[in-house]
Amino acid sequence: MIFFRLFIEFFKIGLFAVGGGMATLPFLMDLANSYDWYTVRELTNMVAISQSTPGPVGVNMATYAGYNAAGVLGAVIATLGLVTPALFIIVIIAKFLADFSEDKRVQGAFYGIRPTVAALIAYAVWELIKISFSITDAHHLKSIDYLSVILCLALFAVMQHKRCRKLHPLVWIVIGAVLGILFKL
Amino acid sequence: MRLLCRICYKMEKNHNILPELYTSFFKIGILTFGGGLAMLPMLKRELVDSKNWITEEEILDMYAIGQCTPGIIAVNTATFVGYKKKGFIGGVISTLGMISPSIVIICLIASVLRRFIDLPVVLHAFAGIRVAVCAMMLQTVVTMAKKGIKDRLGIFLFLAGFLIASFTPVPLAAIVIASACIGILAKRREGVKS
Repeated sequence: MIFFRLFIEFFKIGLFAVGGGMATLPFLMDLANSYDWYTVRELTNMVAISQSTPGPVGVNMATYAGYNAAGVLGAVIATLGLVTPALFIIVIIAKFLADFSEDKRVQGAFYGIRPTVAALIAYAVWELIKISFSITDAHHLKSIDYLSVILCLALFAVMQHKRCRKLHPLVWIVIGAVLGILFKL
Repeated sequence: MRLLCRICYKMEKNHNILPELYTSFFKIGILTFGGGLAMLPMLKRELVDSKNWITEEEILDMYAIGQCTPGIIAVNTATFVGYKKKGFIGGVISTLGMISPSIVIICLIASVLRRFIDLPVVLHAFAGIRVAVCAMMLQTVVTMAKKGIKDRLGIFLFLAGFLIASFTPVPLAAIVIASACIGILAKRREGVKS
């Protein structure tokens, strides 16, 4: 029963992805590896589209993943799965814990979780990069697409510039698309 | 008569707020790109300036809570406001309002894209977009690491998390839970020392 599976998997993501939209990326990566709902390469496209359309990135990515797995109904189920845990957690916090974010244990937990979330995102990005820049299928790296690597590093370098830092993701995505067509990547 | 009026007034009030919650968060969902902090000005304009539902400080408090609870920060904020205005059902309706635009827009785009994905131009464009996404994601990692890693324990947790996620089959959720426990223990030891 794919809808049930979708709900459970995205419920889990909603429960464990702490710190906003991008924190769901490592979990989506795991889903790509353990189900045939979408490939890691498709995941990169999903990230791009989720960043350049309205709405929270995390919600968009869940919707897209659900759509790829099982059409419109899949999209709805995945998104509902994603937001359900937070619904209950937030209601409980709002009701019982007035100073939730001041609590010593909560602060301690986040002191530990923050670097770990960064690490998990780093892991997911590393996987994305490995697969995006290799010419061949997902599992056997035959050769590296050096042109893409150079373009990526160049874009990253430009992003470090102060003026470019605040630019909207859409700008970079359009630049990427133009570069892709120009260089026939 | 007065009682009847009061009931009518109450009913009207009850009837009005739920659709209003839904449309407000639908609007916020459709007008913000990116979520997270990018959402703050929109939330303020809609919830504080135009609806007067909450104060600006409350928004910041909610943001603090939204950042340290699981889930998408923007959705958490919507749930919180909805709950404050109209209890559990208010939370549900606000959350649904927030996610509705995403579902419609993403499904439309995905179905259109499916038809064109095999065109050479589209393939090249997406190969280029992937390059841009990788660069942006690298940027995200750098920012998150800068924000999250404050001391030696942070460096240790970052490296350990990365290695465990990359080379062992340990579930990601277990890594998150373990790091939360380590954080609590570390803070407690600090507290005992001082």
